[in-house]
Amino acid sequence: MSHIRPTPRQYLILGFVALSAPLGDSCLSRGMTSLPAISLVHPLSLITAVFTPWIAIGIALLIGFFASYLTALSWADLTYVLPATAFGNVIVELLSRFWLNEEVSWQRWLGVFLITAGVGFVAHGPSLTERPQPQAQASSIAGEQLR
Amino acid sequence: MTMLSTTVQPGFWAATGMIAAVVLCSTAGEVLTASAMKSIGDLDEIRARSGMTGAILAVVTCPRFYAGVAFLALAFFALLFALNHLNLGLVAPASASLTLVTNAIAAHFFLNEHVDRRRWTAAVLVCIGVYFLAH
Repeated sequence: MSHIRPTPRQYLILGFVALSAPLGDSCLSRGMTSLPAISLVHPLSLITAVFTPWIAIGIALLIGFFASYLTALSWADLTYVLPATAFGNVIVELLSRFWLNEEVSWQRWLGVFLITAGVGFVAHGPSLTERPQPQAQASSIAGEQLR
Repeated sequence: MTMLSTTVQPGFWAATGMIAAVVLCSTAGEVLTASAMKSIGDLDEIRARSGMTGAILAVVTCPRFYAGVAFLALAFFALLFALNHLNLGLVAPASASLTLVTNAIAAHFFLNEHVDRRRWTAAVLVCIGVYFLAH
């Protein structure tokens, strides 16, 4: 395995991956709870909901999440990127405790600690599995044959 | 008719099947999407070379990407189906945490990622952490 580390710009993209999903979900939740109950008898009201400010912001954030997630997957391993998405849960807990002044149980603090430790473990390692270049592979095979 | 109108809690195997469907579809979707992005190459480099349009074209012309998105959509509907029959408190933590572990296993076998002890430890820690957060 190589010691490929992300550049500061790539860390920013990973940060956006972690932030945008929970923020988008929170915006959707806030938008949907402020609307009257939607029944399946009137499904068109779901379409009008899309154009309300909180839901529109939520959708924009989730599109941004998917774009940055795909970008991250193009230069990092799946097992490197996935813990970053889970770190979003930690951000939500911290926001709910220190911004919304909600009570956070000890089980949730334990969850925050475990996820942070897990992300810390991965972040200290290489982001991408090194694979031999096709040219290098071909030359090594040719070398073996010569022997 | 009366059988259809009564709410019956699914048994252990039915619940396991529903959660397994969410986890398997989600894992297939993540692995196919990751594989598609690896086959396309570094999107930052493509964007620097051919602009944003070139980067978007590179993604939307990759068939494996659509296979990944189709499985992610299936996972979403499997989740909705499971939530219709089971409690959120069971489905959300179980599917979220199990998916992390199955993704690590699938990444090792199908994407040939080097999942070393550090990454296994991280997957297990995050998995248990998500379980605690959901409770």
